Amino acid sequence: MQRNATYILGFAAAVCVVCAVVVSTAAVALKDLQDANLSAYRAQNVLEAAGFSQPGERLSGAELEAAIARLEVKVIDLATGDIDSDLDVATFDQRKASTDPANSHRVEANRARIMRVPYNALVYEVRDDSGVLEIVVLPIEGKGLWSTLYGFVALESDLTTIRGLTFYEQKETAGLGGEVDNPRWKALWPGRKAFDDDGVMALQVIKGQAGPVDEAPYEVDGLSGATITSRSVTYMLQFWLGDDGFAPYLERLRGETN
Amino acid sequence: MASARETLLDPLVNNNPIALQVLGICSALAVTTKMEVAVVMSVAVTAVLILSNLSISLIRNWIPSNIRIIVQLTIIASLVIVTDQILKAYFYDIARQMTVFIGLIITNCIIMGRAEAFAMQNGPWASVVDAIGNGLGYSLILMIVGFIRELFGSGRVFGVPVLVTVSDGGWYVPNGLMVLSPGAFFIIGMLIWGLRTWKRDQMEAD
Repeated sequence: MQRNATYILGFAAAVCVVCAVVVSTAAVALKDLQDANLSAYRAQNVLEAAGFSQPGERLSGAELEAAIARLEVKVIDLATGDIDSDLDVATFDQRKASTDPANSHRVEANRARIMRVPYNALVYEVRDDSGVLEIVVLPIEGKGLWSTLYGFVALESDLTTIRGLTFYEQKETAGLGGEVDNPRWKALWPGRKAFDDDGVMALQVIKGQAGPVDEAPYEVDGLSGATITSRSVTYMLQFWLGDDGFAPYLERLRGETN
Repeated sequence: MASARETLLDPLVNNNPIALQVLGICSALAVTTKMEVAVVMSVAVTAVLILSNLSISLIRNWIPSNIRIIVQLTIIASLVIVTDQILKAYFYDIARQMTVFIGLIITNCIIMGRAEAFAMQNGPWASVVDAIGNGLGYSLILMIVGFIRELFGSGRVFGVPVLVTVSDGGWYVPNGLMVLSPGAFFIIGMLIWGLRTWKRDQMEAD
């Protein structure tokens, strides 16, 4: 049926308003639940990187508590690597801090395309009964092809051998770059070395297949069809294990073990 | 005017949205590697379909015909976003596995097709029945494809091992093709072939 232009505009506006109200109500009402899901998933990723659970495995309540109890969460000062006791681990939000001008600083252009780095960061340490470091889990992030990837990398007590790598948030192409989340790809990481004998960050994701750990300790298979995402994983590891990232902290831990 | 019974049951076999109209193929390929995900996708599509048919049918006499497509699309898109938010809040693991495919329900031709072909001409009650029928027809194909793909692709049904695979110490060598999208293409192709051999009237004239 034919209508005049005013009616059509009014109708379109009314539909938009109703739809907008419905969508925003749903988004606001469900936000708390979604945030809780995300932080539970993040905790699970820390445990997975640390090797306490298999990729994709869901720990039961008791196992989960036992595993979480082994993690010592600390807020560190990234520049010095020391523990910052002024900040509360329960309330410190690293993602929020890295966008807050008061709690972060600009960094020089880098290949991980990170603009700001927070002054503080959360780290997870696993120590044995006598307090000797066994595993350390560090948060990493960096730009991929479409999105920022957020994940964790876990290092063994020698602070160079990779124990695990996980990504808990990314929006890369499903089936290509999205395969950074594939358990089979993540299983290639444990045992590879981050730093060479001179202490230079040498680990990289290469094009093609790298072979077993003892033949290619510094290389990991690239994701086929996802050159940019693969490269960005290398870049973000270089950044976060480097001077603007956790290098001072790792240096302090090295001094502790020797 | 078809009876409610026909409106409900026709889309299952006689006028199946996937098998006869060949709509909604993209998601039928993408989310059928596991039964669990296929069930959630079926429920999500059916829910969106019911709500979109209902709301479009309710306002069908007020929608100006020159902007009807964009109005339908706005309503469908809003419903899909709400569905996505609900899944992220209550079924987080499954929502993560389905990644972009929940959002892509917007582009599922079945939903827009039913809105334009049915809900624009029929009352709310008939439109809801039509939506349930088409949702079930879509779900039926997804279940069949999901069952075949999960059973032969990973030896499981709903995640429960049925054929014990070699990697778990059994005898069954999983068929890798079933896990990939082309496998679903073959299964859907065979289904359509079988259905049209059984129901001759579904064959298209050359």
